[in-house]
Amino acid sequence: MSFIDTIVQGVLLGGLYALFAAGLSLVFGIMRLVNLAHGDLIVLAAFLILLLTSALGLNPFLAALIAAPLMFLTGWGLQYFVLNRTLGKDVLPPLLVTFGISIVLQNGLLEAFSADSRRVSIGALESASIGVGSLNIGLMPLMTFLSALAVIFGLNQLIYRTALGRAFRATSDDIVTAGLMGIRPQRVFAMATGLAMVVVTIAALYLGTRANFDPTSGPSRLIYAFEAVIIGGLGSLWGTLAGGVILGVAQTLGAAVNPEWQILAGHLAFLTVLVIKPRGLFPRAVD
Amino acid sequence: MSIAIPSFKVETRSGTSSLAALAAVAGLALAIAAPLIVSRSVVQDLFFILTMLVLAQNWNLLAGYAGLISVGQQVFVGFGAYAMFGAVILAGVDPIVAILIAGALSALLAIPTAFFTFRLQGPYFAIGTWVVAEVVRLLLAQWKALGGGTGTSLPREATKDMAGVDIVRDLFGMKAAAASDALTYWIALLLALATIGFIYRLLRSKQGLGLAAVRDNEQTARAVGVDARRMKALVYVATAYVTGLAGALIYVQKARISPDAAFSVTDWTAYVIFIVVIGGIGTIEGPIVGVVLFFLLQKLFADFGSWYLLVLGLIGILVMLFSPRGLWGLFSDRTGIQLFPVRRKLIDGPLAHMPKGGPNG
Repeated sequence: MSFIDTIVQGVLLGGLYALFAAGLSLVFGIMRLVNLAHGDLIVLAAFLILLLTSALGLNPFLAALIAAPLMFLTGWGLQYFVLNRTLGKDVLPPLLVTFGISIVLQNGLLEAFSADSRRVSIGALESASIGVGSLNIGLMPLMTFLSALAVIFGLNQLIYRTALGRAFRATSDDIVTAGLMGIRPQRVFAMATGLAMVVVTIAALYLGTRANFDPTSGPSRLIYAFEAVIIGGLGSLWGTLAGGVILGVAQTLGAAVNPEWQILAGHLAFLTVLVIKPRGLFPRAVD
Repeated sequence: MSIAIPSFKVETRSGTSSLAALAAVAGLALAIAAPLIVSRSVVQDLFFILTMLVLAQNWNLLAGYAGLISVGQQVFVGFGAYAMFGAVILAGVDPIVAILIAGALSALLAIPTAFFTFRLQGPYFAIGTWVVAEVVRLLLAQWKALGGGTGTSLPREATKDMAGVDIVRDLFGMKAAAASDALTYWIALLLALATIGFIYRLLRSKQGLGLAAVRDNEQTARAVGVDARRMKALVYVATAYVTGLAGALIYVQKARISPDAAFSVTDWTAYVIFIVVIGGIGTIEGPIVGVVLFFLLQKLFADFGSWYLLVLGLIGILVMLFSPRGLWGLFSDRTGIQLFPVRRKLIDGPLAHMPKGGPNG
């Protein structure tokens, strides 16, 4: 039964990776921007939640509810005032500027919070679990996975059912024509990054309550997010969820063999997919 | 009846570049003599500057000319260092020879690496190189003979009895430690000069023109017969070779290795990117300016710990936003001075002297 247990844990872990990846996928889909600071922004949000829970004694879920609009504003401003200037034919400026932001965030957090590992405490929920047959499923991992489902369902509804989503798709397809139709691409991009930061806050809530994190945790979160996006295939949010699940299962299987192999097994799964299907398992975008 | 063929030739050389060449010869003489003139700690500082310069020139060739933006070049630093450690500790090879082996092995590693990463485009290539670096780091951390996750040290005799150390010691009457520092410094100097010479020659050659064409517009370059993929792959392997050499050399001097240090993104990629970006990406002079500035900033602000990196990151962002061609680009645009001119100019041709408008004017 331990094999099935490992798979289930892996699938649930995949939900967390899908949450990491959804924001990255959204931003790339709309403006072809890969934000190298994505992982550090997740860690920033986690520290924000930690600050709100420890300083004001708030429940972490309530803290995330307060952190979300703050992160939205951060993302909106970052995109509108900084990243929009870097967008263009050349891929160098956005990469190097977001890389710079990543270094600035890491070291800023180091100065503010020191290098200690932190964790957001959620009391009894932390160890709560429900039994399904002979399996014990942790309540928090289950909530993480359900949140990932909800976030991806919500984002898909937003993209395909609302006026804002139409603007997202139009700008993504043809920025010049979208501009002629009265859409302001600069604002659409800012909205998209702001929205991605709300998803980042949800990811940060589960990151912070599930395991320890410190100011240098960002880059590996970015790598997991990136792997989930590539495994799933560019442009498909459900594909990203599948990518996260594959990554999560590979990691827990690797860890079951030897704890030192957890991360390595995930990377190897990613490289395997890259060789067999370079465009990912469920590609949607043509570019 | 004869047709007058206008005589013109294409040059890249300029007056200032010839003058600079003279100054460079004088500077070179000083640089070679440095271990005999200055103290050991200064030699170590110079060694650090030179090795960072080699890494920066390589990253610049990769990102600034071949359009391959990698944030995973630490893989070749770390792998080169580990290859050197392996050769010295497990096979008893002399460290100097081990450096050469490390370079060759790094170039070999670049082939499977490229197999994976070249499937990814632009920004995804960047993160792909990072993943590969993580994989190699995690694999080497499993290698118990070289200390596993905690790392190991070079045996003291290895660096003391390194080929050439006793000659330097006897010739200049140095202590063994100073002689080995002097030796690694000279190798670093040689490596830096060879790297700059190689890149300069490459950029002035037909291949260099092809490379610039691929960077500026890949489709058009391919349409006129430049094999873009092959050019990029060659540059990738060549930079892996030199980066591996530099990594091995750095760790001969450090004499202590651990996976986290040898594959550090901050030390071997972030610093290098900031050196190139602040100095001026896409020029040979840029990394030179960048590395000197980087060293001065580090000497002044190293005590401030993470504030230093934070400020370096901010400067990098500001330069990229407001002066994407870096400090050297600013200087060169104002003065027209180029020390390593690689831009093609028409001399004495009819096109050069027609003061009229239009696309050719």
